[in-house]
Amino acid sequence: METAIIIETIIKAVIILSVFAALAGFTTYIERKVLAFMQRRLGPMNVGPHGLLQLAADGIKLFTKEDFIPANAAKPVFMIAPIITASTAFIAMSAVPFFPEFELFGYTIRPIIADINVGVLFVMGVASVGLYGPLLAGMSSANKWALLGGARTAIQLLSYEVVSGLALLAPLMLVGSLSLIDINNYQAGGISNWIIWYQPLAFILFVMAGFAETNRTPFDLLEHEAEIVAGYATEYSGLRWGMFFIGEYANLFTICFLISLIFLGGFNDLWFISGGLAIVLKVMFLIFFFLWTRASWPHIRPDQLMWLCWKVLMPLAVINILITGFVMMF
Amino acid sequence: MSLEKLKNRDVSVDDYINIFEDEYPKTSWEQFKQVLRRSVKGELFKGLGIVLNIMRQALFKGEMQTVQYPAEKLPISPRYRAVHKLLALLESGENRCIGCGLCEKICIADCIRMDTRIDENSRKEVLEYTINMGRCIFCGYCAEVCPELAIVHGGRYENASEQRAHFALKEDLLTPLDKLKEQKEYSGFGAISPDADEKIKKTPLSY
Repeated sequence: METAIIIETIIKAVIILSVFAALAGFTTYIERKVLAFMQRRLGPMNVGPHGLLQLAADGIKLFTKEDFIPANAAKPVFMIAPIITASTAFIAMSAVPFFPEFELFGYTIRPIIADINVGVLFVMGVASVGLYGPLLAGMSSANKWALLGGARTAIQLLSYEVVSGLALLAPLMLVGSLSLIDINNYQAGGISNWIIWYQPLAFILFVMAGFAETNRTPFDLLEHEAEIVAGYATEYSGLRWGMFFIGEYANLFTICFLISLIFLGGFNDLWFISGGLAIVLKVMFLIFFFLWTRASWPHIRPDQLMWLCWKVLMPLAVINILITGFVMMF
Repeated sequence: MSLEKLKNRDVSVDDYINIFEDEYPKTSWEQFKQVLRRSVKGELFKGLGIVLNIMRQALFKGEMQTVQYPAEKLPISPRYRAVHKLLALLESGENRCIGCGLCEKICIADCIRMDTRIDENSRKEVLEYTINMGRCIFCGYCAEVCPELAIVHGGRYENASEQRAHFALKEDLLTPLDKLKEQKEYSGFGAISPDADEKIKKTPLSY
């Protein structure tokens, strides 16, 4: 029995690694296409039908590019930083239940690597360790733009960890469990049971914090091309640069799965749509929403970001927790 | 104008109208109110709507702005001044140029150079005809002045080549014999009429 579990876990881990690494590449294609359509362009068209093979071309380019380490960089830190981003993004996925249980050859498979009872805490914790990737990258690059990017990593990710943690607290108080499977099962009774209806404010706050934590556009101060070239990734090339972006897109998927699991009913059946398909649809919509905002909303300044976080979002989150507490008490 | 107005040298402030597009918040409470007002107004979501609408128009109404450039090119005006072409006579494929040298003379960038001599039949023959594309400013005077419409501006605007000389030698500019059928008449000022084909007659020289 022990060996069976170990083998099953290894297989699941390999599947998650390969699927999400491939999805990260595919999302770059989707992102380029969707952004292009939103700006009345065609996007990649020349490599393969409608640019589909652009993925392979990008991959070959990233693999064969010179791996460049600047002369004055702190070499070991510089080399390790992208690995931190990519690996924490994937480690965070180990506690996320992607689909409902299903049977294969009479064997019940639970599509979660480790059903630990502090799932949310684990995911948020590992995801916040991921901030060391950009931070160390920016500080070790011996480049002032990279250094600025690293500094912005600190202010942005640290601020929004607070907001996302506080925003999650209120729904967790309702559910009374930190396990993502329990949170999902809490919303089993159809759309009216979704936590978004009980906790709309927490939902908005968590989505905003999610934008900040995945460095998506209204809050992508870490690599603000217009101001600091490419921020923390200025000196990176080839596969190390690619790992940053695999990590970023993997984070994007984790956040989208978290939002749909915690607020949007998770993998429960939706009318006639089966649970597995329902969560895929929700995640796809959220990813589209992330691209949509990238096409339509402007960047904000670092001081605006901090102001919004500490003076608006955090008090709102605390008030939300207080109200939830009072409602539950009486 | 009165004397005071004339003497007033402070022109920078006088005629300007200051536009205050908004009352800027002064205290932090006003700032907070501004944030609230803007959040409730839903300007961000209006922006999302506009972008989605643009995407819908691009995808389903064919309002795509892209031109797939090397495969698809925008039409250019017939009088567009791109790289020169030397036209040939339609009957014989001979050079239309009579070696008058007007283009060389009028060229304000001094980039056209021609060498001529009087040949055995005591006609003028053009030995060398070059245009220095590094100097040419594409003013179009040469084409305007040419009495025979021998030098015109073609439609080739993609000036990428290994060497500038590729555009500028006579054999490159002159319409080659096998492409004579594709030679289009210059339709700009001073060009021959569209029904010139019917009017064209063989000259006695060819008998």
